[in-house]
Amino acid sequence: MSRVALTVNGERHVIDVEPRCTLADALREQCAKPGTNVGCEHGVCGTCTVLLDGEPVRSCLLFAVQLEGKSIRTVEGLAPHGTLHEMQRAFMEHHALQCGYCTPGFLLLGVWCVENNPGATDEELRELVASNLCRCTGYQNIVRAIRSVLDGAK
Amino acid sequence: MTVIGKRVQRLEDGPLVTGQGRYVANLSFADQLHMRVVRAGYAHGELKAVDASIALALPGVVAVWTATDVHDVPPIEFRPTRVQGLEPYRQPILASQVVRYVGEPVAVVFAENSRLAEDAAELVTMDVSALPPRLDAEASDVEPTVLRKEYGDLDRAFKSADALVSLELSVGRHSGVPLECRGALARVNPESGILELHGATKRPHANRNLIARMLHLDPARVHLFQGHIGGGFGVRGELYPEDFLACLGAIRLGRPVKWIEDRRENLLACNQSREQRHRVTAAVDNAGHILGMQDEFFHDQGAYVRTHGARVADMTAGMLPGMYRIPAYRAIAHYRLTNKTPAATYRAPGRFEATFVMERMMDAIAKRLNMDRVEVRRLNLIAKEEMPYTRPMQVLETELILDSGDYATLLAKAQHAFGWDGVCRDVEARRAAGESVGAGLALFVEKSGLGPTDLASIELLEDGQIEVVTGAASLGQGVETVIAQICADAIGIDYKCIRVVHGRTDRIREGFGSHASRTTVMTGAAANNAALALRARILEAVQGRHDLPMEILEIRNGEVIRTDVEERVTTLADLAKTAKFEAEGEFKSTHMTYPYGAHLAVVSVDRETGGVRVLRYFVAYDIGRAINPMLVEGQIQGGVAQGIGGALYEEFLYDEIGQPLSVTLADYLIPTAKEVPPIEVLITEDAPNPSNPLGVKGAGEAGINAVGAAIASAIDDALSGDVFVTRLPVTPVQLKRELNCKIGTS
Amino acid sequence: MKAAAFEYHAPRTLAEATELLARYVSADVRVLAGGQSLLPVMAFRLAAPAHLVDINNIGELSNLSVEQGHLVVQACVRHRAFEQPQENGPLGRLLARVVREIAHYPIRTRGTMCGSLANADPSSEWCLVAATLDAEFTALSSRGRRVIQSADWFQGLMTTALQPDELLLQVRFPLLPEGTSFGFQEFSRRAGDFALAMALVTFRVESGLIVDPHVGLGGVEATPRRLAAVEEFLVGQRPTGQLYTEAAASGASALDPLTDVRYDAEYRRDLARTMIRRALHEALPVL
Repeated sequence: MSRVALTVNGERHVIDVEPRCTLADALREQCAKPGTNVGCEHGVCGTCTVLLDGEPVRSCLLFAVQLEGKSIRTVEGLAPHGTLHEMQRAFMEHHALQCGYCTPGFLLLGVWCVENNPGATDEELRELVASNLCRCTGYQNIVRAIRSVLDGAK
Repeated sequence: MTVIGKRVQRLEDGPLVTGQGRYVANLSFADQLHMRVVRAGYAHGELKAVDASIALALPGVVAVWTATDVHDVPPIEFRPTRVQGLEPYRQPILASQVVRYVGEPVAVVFAENSRLAEDAAELVTMDVSALPPRLDAEASDVEPTVLRKEYGDLDRAFKSADALVSLELSVGRHSGVPLECRGALARVNPESGILELHGATKRPHANRNLIARMLHLDPARVHLFQGHIGGGFGVRGELYPEDFLACLGAIRLGRPVKWIEDRRENLLACNQSREQRHRVTAAVDNAGHILGMQDEFFHDQGAYVRTHGARVADMTAGMLPGMYRIPAYRAIAHYRLTNKTPAATYRAPGRFEATFVMERMMDAIAKRLNMDRVEVRRLNLIAKEEMPYTRPMQVLETELILDSGDYATLLAKAQHAFGWDGVCRDVEARRAAGESVGAGLALFVEKSGLGPTDLASIELLEDGQIEVVTGAASLGQGVETVIAQICADAIGIDYKCIRVVHGRTDRIREGFGSHASRTTVMTGAAANNAALALRARILEAVQGRHDLPMEILEIRNGEVIRTDVEERVTTLADLAKTAKFEAEGEFKSTHMTYPYGAHLAVVSVDRETGGVRVLRYFVAYDIGRAINPMLVEGQIQGGVAQGIGGALYEEFLYDEIGQPLSVTLADYLIPTAKEVPPIEVLITEDAPNPSNPLGVKGAGEAGINAVGAAIASAIDDALSGDVFVTRLPVTPVQLKRELNCKIGTS
Repeated sequence: MKAAAFEYHAPRTLAEATELLARYVSADVRVLAGGQSLLPVMAFRLAAPAHLVDINNIGELSNLSVEQGHLVVQACVRHRAFEQPQENGPLGRLLARVVREIAHYPIRTRGTMCGSLANADPSSEWCLVAATLDAEFTALSSRGRRVIQSADWFQGLMTTALQPDELLLQVRFPLLPEGTSFGFQEFSRRAGDFALAMALVTFRVESGLIVDPHVGLGGVEATPRRLAAVEEFLVGQRPTGQLYTEAAASGASALDPLTDVRYDAEYRRDLARTMIRRALHEALPVL
C-alpha cells in the first residue's frame, strides 16, 4: 500500500492505496466521490473523465499513486452542495441526459470548454463532445446544452 | 392548466447531474463480498474439470463454486409460451460438462474485494477439450423450434404475379451495450431475513418470482430494489446466471454479495441480438402491388435459449409486413443455436430486422419495376379507413390487430417536413457533379403497450405531496416525470409535487415492469386511474365535510377550490393531516397498440474508402399522444444513434474457432457525436390509441426501428444503384468490395 | 478489469530511473509516461509488469526545444503540446496538423509523443511522422546513451530497437526547410479511432519540379515506412493530378499489409493508394 495526498474539489484527501488502484477507483472508493462513473476501464468511453490540474483526463488511465499533490475536480465539485452549476442547469433544461451514467464526464468536458475555450466553434464543440460516448441521447442535446452556456458566457 | 403535452423538465435529473446517482456500483453493504465470474475461453468444448485450489489458497478468497456447488438450481426459465421445443436448451447458471460460448460462466469466486476476486479468478483453471463450434445459424444442426406464420393464398399470389422479387438479406450481430455494465448487490436483510437484490430493473415482479422459484424461496421473502440504471435497451434487467449466483452467495455465505462486471465481460456475456439471415420473395403485379410475400429466415440465437424464449424471432416474423396490405404471407423462422453469446431482445427486437427486410424489399420492387420508391410504398399502405386492421396471424401469442393509423398522412407529412422532393433533386444534382450522396427512406410500425394489465397505487402524503407507486422500472427514460405529469393533470397539482416509486417489489403487490414500450401506455393509464380515484375520494371528503355540491369543487395547484366563488376551501396538505387518502388504479389491455412512422436520411459515401457519413436524419412518428414531447424526441434521437451503430458500425464478430473479436470498445464501435448528425423529429398525434383513456402509444423504440433500412436505402441512392445493400452493418470494406466487383464486371 | 499488482517507483532523476530499469529488468519492468496505451493493456492483463517506473516526475523530461536545426522532444512531452506549433517553420505546422487526429483531447493531455514512439502501434500517427521525416531516437539506460535512426527503430509489429532496460529519452526531428509543403491524410472508422491507413508527404517545389519528396505510409503494414518507390516516382516531376494518382498507385502495389477478419489486404492497399493521393493533393493542390 502507498500513501498519497490528493486534493479533490478543494479538499485534501490522504489515502492508502495499492499502486494498481486507478484514480477512478480511488475517487470512488477512498475519497467518497462516487459521482465519477466507470464505463470501460480501458480509456475509450470517457465516462470517467475528471479535471486534473484543470485539464480533462480519463481517470481510469491514471494510477492514484501517480498524483501526489495534484488537484482533481469531479462532478461533485462543480457547485456547492444544494446549488447547481450553470452547466448542470443547462443539461437539465436541454434534456441532455437520460440515464445519467455518462453525464458527469460530459459536464466536466463542458465546464472545461467554458473555462478554457469559451469561443469554441460548433466544429470544435462537436469534436470535444465526440471524446465521450453516450448511448441514450444521440448527443444533440448535450451539444445544445454546452452551446447554451458558451453563448451565455459571451 | 394541463401539463400533459408540455416539455417540462425531468424530475429525475437532480441527483444525476450532481454525481449522486445510485447506480449499483455505488451501493454497498457492510461486510460485503465481491463476486467475480470465471468464464469459458472456448466456444465449444467438453468441460472435464475445474481446479480452484490455487485460487482458494489466496488469503481473502472465501469461496469458489462450480456447477456441482449449485446443482440444485435448475437452468434458467423462459417466459411462458406455447412454442414447443425450447426446454432442453436453457442455460445452467454454471456450465457443467459442456461449455457452449466464450464468456459462459463456469465458476464463481467470492472474495473480500474486487481486485482480489479478479486475481483469484485468474488462478482458477479448467480442463476443456475443444469441440468444433457451430458459428452459422443456417449451417447449425441445433434447431429447438421453427415458427411458422401464414395467411392468405400464397400459391395463387405467386402464380398470378407479374414479377417475383427475391432477396437474401442479413443483419449482423449487435446489441444494446449500455454504458453502465451489469451488476447486482444481493443480501439477506439482517432484520427481516428477506433476500434483497439491489440494482434490479426492467421486470421487477416477474424477476422476483423467477428468482424465488429457481432458488426454492417463498416469493414474499424475496424483494428487488432499483436505484439508478445506466441504460437498459432490453439487455439489462433480464435475469442472468450472475444474478442467481449473487443471490445464492448472499444466502449461503451469510454476507452481502456485490457483483459488478467489467466491459470485457459485458461484451462477452451480456445478451446479444439481431443476427438473422432472410430469404424473402415478393410476388408483385406490374403496378407495384404486393400480391404475396414469403420469408424464410435463420435466427442465430447463440448458445442457449434465454428468458425470452423465441419471442424475437416471433416478432420478426409477425411484424415484417409493417404498414403494408400484403394479402398473402408466409414466414418460416428457423430458431437455431450456435456457439456464440446467447441472444435476446434489444430495442425494437425483431423489428429492426423486420423493417430492414420489408423496406429493402420495397426498394427492390421499385428498382425492378422502375417505380418511384415512395410511390410503391404508398400504393401498398393500409388505409386509414381499414383500421382496425386484423392481420390474420398471432404475434407474441395474441392477435395482431393494427388498432389505429393514418399511414398515408404520416408519409405525406414526413416528406413535406423533410423537403423530400427538394432533397432528392439536390442530391441528384450533386451526384451529377461527382459526389456520391443520396436520400433514403423507410416506413415502420412499432408495437407498444404490452399488457395484459398494470397496477398503480397512490397516496396523499402528510406534507401534501403525492406518492404514486408503480410496478414500472426505470432504465433512465424518464418514467417518474411522465407518470407525474399524467397524475398531475388527473388530480390538479403541480407535477413537481408528485413522487413516483418504481422498481420496488416490496412497495406494490403486482407489477409488469418497463419494456416493450409499455410504461406510458399501461402504467400511465393505471396511474391515471389511480389518480382519478384519489381525486374522487378527496372531493367526496371535502363535499361531506364542507357540505358543498361536487359540481363546484375542483383541485388546482394542490388546493381544493369552490368554483362558484373562486375561493379556496382547503389545501391538500391540510386535508392530509386529517385522514389518509389513498387509491389504487388498474388498467387492462388485451391488445397492443401500434405507433408508426417514417425515417428519412441523407448519406454521403466516399467511393474510394467505402466510408459512409450520415449527413441528415429525420424521423416522423405518430405517437397517438405525447405526454412530454421533449422526452419523446430524446428517445427517438437516442434510438437513431443506436440505429446508426447497427447500420454502419456495431458488430459482434467471431473468428473461425468461435473466439469473439469485439471484446473492447475499440473493436465494438459505438457512434460518437461525429457519426450522429442532429436528428430532426416530427411528432404527430393523428392516431390516438383507441383503447387507452389517454390515447398514448409508446416511444421507446421508434428511433431505432427503421435506421438500418433508411440508411441502406440512402446508400443505394448515393451510389446510383451501383450496389444494393443486403447486409448490415454496411462496412467500408464491404462497400469497397461491392464497388470493385461492379467496376470489375462493367 | 483491474491491473495485476505491481511495485511502483517514482524516480526524480534520470539516473535513478535507469538504475531502477537495470535492477528490475529481469522481473518485467515498464516505463510509465502517459499511460494511455499502457494502462489499458494492464487492465486487460495482457501485460502484468511487476514494476512500473514512473518518469513523470523527472523535470527535464518535459522539455521541448529547437537545437541545431532539430526539434528535440523529451520523453514526457504530451501530445497536446503540439496543438500550438512548437516551432515557427513547416515542421511546427505539420505536427500541429497531425496532432488533431490523435485520439481525443483528454487522451492528448496525458499521452506522450515518445510513449507512442516506444509503443510502435502501427496506427500511431507520431510513428508515421518519425519514419517519414527520418527522426533520430535516443535511448538511455544505465549503460549509457545510444542514438538510433528511424529506419532501425521500427523493427516489427509493436517492436522497436529499445532494449528492456532502456527508456526512450528523446526524439529529434530535423526542421523542415521553408517552403516545404506537407499533407497528411488518415482514414479511420470513427472520429479519433486508430487509423486503418494514413499517409504523410512532404516535398518542396523548385523550378516547378518536386524536390526531396518524403512519402510515408502508416497503419497499413506492421511498421510505418517511407515508400521509396513513390518518392522516386515523384522526384524531379512537375506536380499534377495525374502524377499524384500514378505515384500513389505505384506505392500501393509493393505493400505487405496487415490483414485480419475485418480488413483484407486488397482493402488496405486501396486505402493506402487513396491516402497517399489525397495527402499529395493536400500538400500541393493541383488540377
